[in-house]
Amino acid sequence: MDGSKGFDDVQTGEQQIRNFNINFGPQHPAAHGVLRLVLELDGEIVERCDPHIGLLHRGTEKLMESRTYLQNLPYFDRLDYVAPMNQEHAWCLAIEKLTGVEVPRRAQLIRVLYSEIGRVLNHLLNVTTQAMDVGALTPPLWGFEEREKLMCFYERACGARLHAAYFRPGGVHQDLPDALIEDIDAWADQFPARLQDIDDLLTENRIFKQRNCDIGIITEEDIQEWGFSGVMVRGSGLAWDLRRSQPYECYDEFDFKIPVGKNGDCYDRYLCRMEEMRESTKIIKQCVEKLRVEKGDVLARGKITPPSRSDMKTSMEALIHHFKLYTEGFHVPAGEVYACVEAPKGEFGVYLVADGSNKPYRSKIRAPGFLHLQAMDYVAGGHQLADVAAIIGTMDVVFGEIDR
Amino acid sequence: MTDALNELGELITAKRPDCVIFYEVAFDELTVTVAPAHIVGLVEFLKNDAACKFNSLVDITAVDYPPRENRFDVVYHFLSMYQNHRIRLRVEVAEDEMVPSIVEVHKSANWFEREVFDMFGIIFSNHPDMRRILTDYGFRGYPLRKDFPTTGYTEVRYDEVEKRVVYEPVSLVQEYRQFDFMSPWEGAEYILPGDEKKENAK
Repeated sequence: MDGSKGFDDVQTGEQQIRNFNINFGPQHPAAHGVLRLVLELDGEIVERCDPHIGLLHRGTEKLMESRTYLQNLPYFDRLDYVAPMNQEHAWCLAIEKLTGVEVPRRAQLIRVLYSEIGRVLNHLLNVTTQAMDVGALTPPLWGFEEREKLMCFYERACGARLHAAYFRPGGVHQDLPDALIEDIDAWADQFPARLQDIDDLLTENRIFKQRNCDIGIITEEDIQEWGFSGVMVRGSGLAWDLRRSQPYECYDEFDFKIPVGKNGDCYDRYLCRMEEMRESTKIIKQCVEKLRVEKGDVLARGKITPPSRSDMKTSMEALIHHFKLYTEGFHVPAGEVYACVEAPKGEFGVYLVADGSNKPYRSKIRAPGFLHLQAMDYVAGGHQLADVAAIIGTMDVVFGEIDR
Repeated sequence: MTDALNELGELITAKRPDCVIFYEVAFDELTVTVAPAHIVGLVEFLKNDAACKFNSLVDITAVDYPPRENRFDVVYHFLSMYQNHRIRLRVEVAEDEMVPSIVEVHKSANWFEREVFDMFGIIFSNHPDMRRILTDYGFRGYPLRKDFPTTGYTEVRYDEVEKRVVYEPVSLVQEYRQFDFMSPWEGAEYILPGDEKKENAK
């Protein structure tokens, strides 16, 4: 067609076929936020894909350098706003590692409980909206109903549906009422049936399979080369989960399985996420069981946590401590640590450099989505334009954490 | 855990004595300080050595210490999914110095190095695509350096008359508040009012 096969006489400028560049986003419903992709297309095949990120950059790391450790905690809710408490967890772990604070057992259980709720929240959103990207409308409606119930649990624990600021260095902010624990238990009983509904809708759905099977295949080498983590690893058959391989909090005493995929395509990652939600529900049930018997304080009382209310009414020292804690903040001994958690999207880490003052000297947030999106050019290359939406969905990108 | 990391540190020092300046283990984490010229070689060694197998790059970042001669620390984190251990490499660089890029060894370093360039202005040599990544198109300055103000230098707004977004110098109604939390009895570096004439005032 380009005149190279002996048709020189009819060649005109219009007959020259050239690649087409299009902008995908920043305002595109399948871009999951503010992503701008510059796609170079050959017909409908993606030749090159250049993600432009940073449209949601808020300078979190810079802001953190001029705030106290406690004031920095709410910034973590605003990173991956789909599962806020999992991020706070990494920040608390980093501070606890530096200060050497031991978290009380009940607080550990509550943290595990809410981390798993966060995981279900995230996977519900991801699975159902990814399904919407490939053409199904009902799953998000069903999934968001369950998300709504979970957000109510967030609200009942800390007063906020999204920006929780509930995990604190040394424990969690407040104890859970017994009624809430019972309600979470009741929710965990009925949730598998709801999940099964979504499963019935999608797993054997012809269109869903056509859009996801053999799309965005990730091999073991790719994982190492591009630094993937989370479901992107497990979908390809590697049973790598920080909760199991480098246990933090009290994850080592819970009984749960790590689902792995076989082919490493979008469909296997979908199956992994569905299965992880079931495993999370199991962990939630075990947590509730343990929380019923495990009573006690939820904060390690000491320098970095506030005194109890009753102490403040009677003790002058406690009152001064409370005042100093919320104005000046606590001091963290100098040193550097890297603390990470298995967030729903992958390994979420915080690299914290402390200089002994009440503010972090430098804190670097390591978001899993940053690395996943980086590989977009590699993963999406050679696929159809329509598959780009499916791949963005399966990578589970949220721009709060990528752009920071 | 600490013993195993000490052993690993010994091993790396023994095998690559030219690269490693020193290593330390703190908070159950191994930190190896490396000379800038040897970073690529060491990263490649760490990736391929059977005992290390640091296949995945976790993070690259930098820390700014303005008073120091070598102003920046470039910090690399690696993870081995096979051996289940982590390592941190630290490279000290001066402001006008370049760091060799490790994109050849780890493709995932690409965006991290762009981010460090964007935030600190450290240039990585042999990087395939050294553009800014997170800041605005046409942004100037390096925001995470300690001498960059938190408020930045410019602000944007939509101008109703010109019908476009305009950039203006920052004008703050209230001064940006940086509280001084140092106790005047301990570490304060200023002279307290009334103490000016005192012989041994700080």
